Amino acid sequence: MVAFAGHALPIHYATGVIKEHLHTRSAASLFDVSHMGQIRIRPDGTNLVDLCLALEHLVPIDVLGLATGRQRYGVLTDRDGGILDDFMLAKVPGELFMVVNGAQREADAAYLRDHLSGGCQIDTMFADRALLALQGPASETALTRLFPGARDMRFLDIRDATIAGAACLVTRSGYTGEDGFEISVPIGVAEGIAESLADMDEVRPAGLGARDTLRMEAGLCLYGSDIDETTTPVEAGISWAIPRVRRSGGDRCGGFPGAERILDEIDRGPGRLRIGIAPEGRAPMRAGAGIFHDAETPSPIGIVTSGGFGPSLGAPVSMGYVATSHSQPGTRFHVETRGRRLPAQVTALPFVQPRYRRA
Amino acid sequence: MKYTEEHEWLRQDGDLFTVGVTEYAAEALGDVVFVELPEPGQDVSKGDEIVVVESVKAASGIEAPFDGEIVDINAEVADNPALINDDPQGAAWLFRMKAKDGAAFDALLSEEDYQAFLRESGR
Repeated sequence: MVAFAGHALPIHYATGVIKEHLHTRSAASLFDVSHMGQIRIRPDGTNLVDLCLALEHLVPIDVLGLATGRQRYGVLTDRDGGILDDFMLAKVPGELFMVVNGAQREADAAYLRDHLSGGCQIDTMFADRALLALQGPASETALTRLFPGARDMRFLDIRDATIAGAACLVTRSGYTGEDGFEISVPIGVAEGIAESLADMDEVRPAGLGARDTLRMEAGLCLYGSDIDETTTPVEAGISWAIPRVRRSGGDRCGGFPGAERILDEIDRGPGRLRIGIAPEGRAPMRAGAGIFHDAETPSPIGIVTSGGFGPSLGAPVSMGYVATSHSQPGTRFHVETRGRRLPAQVTALPFVQPRYRRA
Repeated sequence: MKYTEEHEWLRQDGDLFTVGVTEYAAEALGDVVFVELPEPGQDVSKGDEIVVVESVKAASGIEAPFDGEIVDINAEVADNPALINDDPQGAAWLFRMKAKDGAAFDALLSEEDYQAFLRESGR
């Protein structure tokens, strides 16, 4: 167990990280991710269109164009173009539903309250709602037993569901690169629903260790490691989340914190980029390790921000930032780990291709 | 078999000492994915970090239990690091060394002392 943002969270269950990871990719795993912050934002004395436009002043994504019943990825940016947090945002009838990182959730709620002044009500559901992530190719089969509508959902759909008699919100999304669902449930029924799922033949519990190795293989950023206030969305390689309508020449171009820098980086290219790193040997290269042009040059050209072992690949995997000039897949460099420089090369992200249910 | 507070076990065979990590350590490390061993013939001093064991979770160094010389390493464990989880106190021995002063062995923890140490340190 590990203490995190006021929660006691398991790193792994009895079977260990590797078995949990592989089970997620072959069947289905249940993760308790209730430490994530669930936030409802409702228009109050105004309408949803105005609320969406107000939120667009804080984020570079298309909030207005998000269809009801759909979810998308986004970031909160600061004035320098850095990232205050990343989140999933969904539109449900009449309101917005946001899932933010556990460590940032209080700060995010305060920030939203300060900056979406008037015209909306912001409800943090930190104490009242649990969040269960059911991830893996057998997730649909498993969840359909509790919620038959699950099978009709596509990747990034959100639906109201009645599970165990309680009003729940289900999204078809996750943080593993696999098909799967996240289920927001009232805290009182969370344990019962989790047990019903975990008792199914396909499903086993999994902890934060497997969640981390799964997301690394899927090339997904961890806030606080791969992205933070010092990285822009363009450097992080997540500018796909910034649609044409918010870019230079778009109908709702800019207008979010850090827009000048971020749009300039989209147009002219960033100075550095997040890359996938494939160590040539078997030694894992972990967060904080320096990246060097060769075995001797004293000054680094980048830094590893996430790294460890990828169980599905059976090999070490890392992510980090390097100067754009060194970001082409196949570029070789050295990473300093425990005082020794070991060879590695840039590899395209993700390490493991996602298997989302897009159609 | 003797033990250290760094969760190593040692077995004496004449003037040679075989060293590995304890079942407790293997459990605490979790899935081991990488092991780096010293070179046979290498002279080592007590406290030198001579083995690196990396699990999915983290990297840990294993120290030389006393001054001496590495005479043999277990290449099988480098090829198959998961052996440390499967059989830490048997097949997954890490290295054999010759001690400069064999009496150092007697000063290590007995099985009983090691179990007491684990209990006292809340493990």
